[in-house]
Amino acid sequence: MRLTDEEKAMRDGRDGPAVARAMDLLIRYGEALGAQALVETRNVCGTVTATTPFLRDFAYEKGGLDAVFSEFNLDTSEVVPTPRAKAFSSHLQLGFDPHPPVEMGVSDEIVQFYKRSEAAAARMGVQILNTCTPYQVGNVPTRGEHCAWMESSAVVYCNSVLGARTNTEGRESASSAMVTCRIPDWGFHRDEFRRGTLGVRLEMPVESVEDWGLFGYWMGEWVQDRVPVIEGVGQVPNLPRLKHFGAAASSSGGVEMFHLVGVTPEASTVEQAYGGNRPTEVRTYGAKERSETLARINMTGIDRKVDYVMLGCPHYTIEQIWEAACLLEGRKVHPDSALWIFTPRAIKEVATRNGYTQIIEAAGAKLLTDSCSAMSRAVPPGTRVAAFDSAKQAHYLPAILGVQAWFGTTSQCIDAACTGRWSGS
Amino acid sequence: MTGDEIITIRGRKVVPGVAEGEALVTTQAISGWGGVDPRNGTVVEMRHELRGQSFAGKVLVFPGAKGSSGWSAQFHVARLMGTAPAAWLFNQMTTKVALGTVVTHAPAMTDFDIDPLTVIRTGDWVRVDADAGVVTVRRACGA
Repeated sequence: MRLTDEEKAMRDGRDGPAVARAMDLLIRYGEALGAQALVETRNVCGTVTATTPFLRDFAYEKGGLDAVFSEFNLDTSEVVPTPRAKAFSSHLQLGFDPHPPVEMGVSDEIVQFYKRSEAAAARMGVQILNTCTPYQVGNVPTRGEHCAWMESSAVVYCNSVLGARTNTEGRESASSAMVTCRIPDWGFHRDEFRRGTLGVRLEMPVESVEDWGLFGYWMGEWVQDRVPVIEGVGQVPNLPRLKHFGAAASSSGGVEMFHLVGVTPEASTVEQAYGGNRPTEVRTYGAKERSETLARINMTGIDRKVDYVMLGCPHYTIEQIWEAACLLEGRKVHPDSALWIFTPRAIKEVATRNGYTQIIEAAGAKLLTDSCSAMSRAVPPGTRVAAFDSAKQAHYLPAILGVQAWFGTTSQCIDAACTGRWSGS
Repeated sequence: MTGDEIITIRGRKVVPGVAEGEALVTTQAISGWGGVDPRNGTVVEMRHELRGQSFAGKVLVFPGAKGSSGWSAQFHVARLMGTAPAAWLFNQMTTKVALGTVVTHAPAMTDFDIDPLTVIRTGDWVRVDADAGVVTVRRACGA
């Protein structure tokens, strides 16, 4: 891989041992990819905090939080002091909500450990956004901006909806980018990788959040990590719809970029979206595909008694919290069920000012931040059956926790929480 | 070892090193976070053909990675817990699989002259010499 003089100086230790280890990781990673060079980035989303007993024990045994950062963020067993971030860096979601962690089955000791690690991240200069949706709360990249983001649902949003450029980074590569402002110049940083290679034609209107989740889940299973060009979009989808669409497609497959012709920034026309490529295959999505996908997502759903409803995967927008509060107002969550809604801390602040938090809490539900049930592996005690309006969460939770999952609309989910029963399909 | 069938595949080094072990082969992409459990080195994804099977110490032969960006972190923890694969052979390059294999420090290869998924079967003994770019597959006669 070609390195600039600046990159060689970082590799050789000019900026200290942590930066040198970060450059070493980026070089090994770039060579694994077959990249020719690194590209400059000043926008990184990653995770640098420690939230698990495993990492706590690692810290105690190996030399504190610097040891955790060295091993898990820089891939070195040599303990080096944690450096300051050079790039604008945002923290992603974590393994629990540290504010009222009791319900999430997290001990006070782990919360105290996390708080030390959050303080260290803040000292490092990482913004404590603690969300899978940084683009909702202060980090909206410009079209063409080179980024180094983790979190598959944020990556697909960044590339497709915003037209910024990022691959799906991991903990180690994102952290290395934070302290070097570099990432391999490969994949979605390059024009040729971003062009469509196959197509989808919509044969039916795709309009609601549920519609977009189902469509995304179907599409991801088919296209895996190729770049699809979607024609036939009617009603222009808004942020929550595209958030659910991308999250579903990146869970069932590995979709990191899509083009919605006439909607997304690199797809003003079909020709622009393909950029000279000829589609290898074009499929249609209609009522049959939709109902088969719904059946597949609901394959673990057997019992209709619902113990738990989770909303906010990816983290809810203020619009979705408003909608949930309207649906919940004057109702109560069933005594045998529970409702947890997850959102970024900054949006919870707005929800509280708008009175939504009070409505949600008065109904016996919770508005939580920083995490989700899949990240935290936490659900209310005794949960056997759960319901979601997110295809991504319905995909992951049965695998992670062995629960049965129902997928449906936000309204069906809130009805399930208030009646204790699933009445959707 | 007379009578054993020996097959040689050539490819590109992804992570340097030499290792050998029993092959675990899947034609389905693997999810990291939410797809595997690093505590015991098993696949946990619903509907995955390897669900419940362990990749610890095996030569994992698979098309590529999919799913969450927690891919590398899961396999990084697997290395520290001693449950990571001994070596990796895959077809489809992505940032997930590149970083994930790099942080396990286990030899990895891709860009093969023969698709390993068409040649290697679960249970074959496989030696991966990533430095030389050579995979040697040994299958007991009649197996």
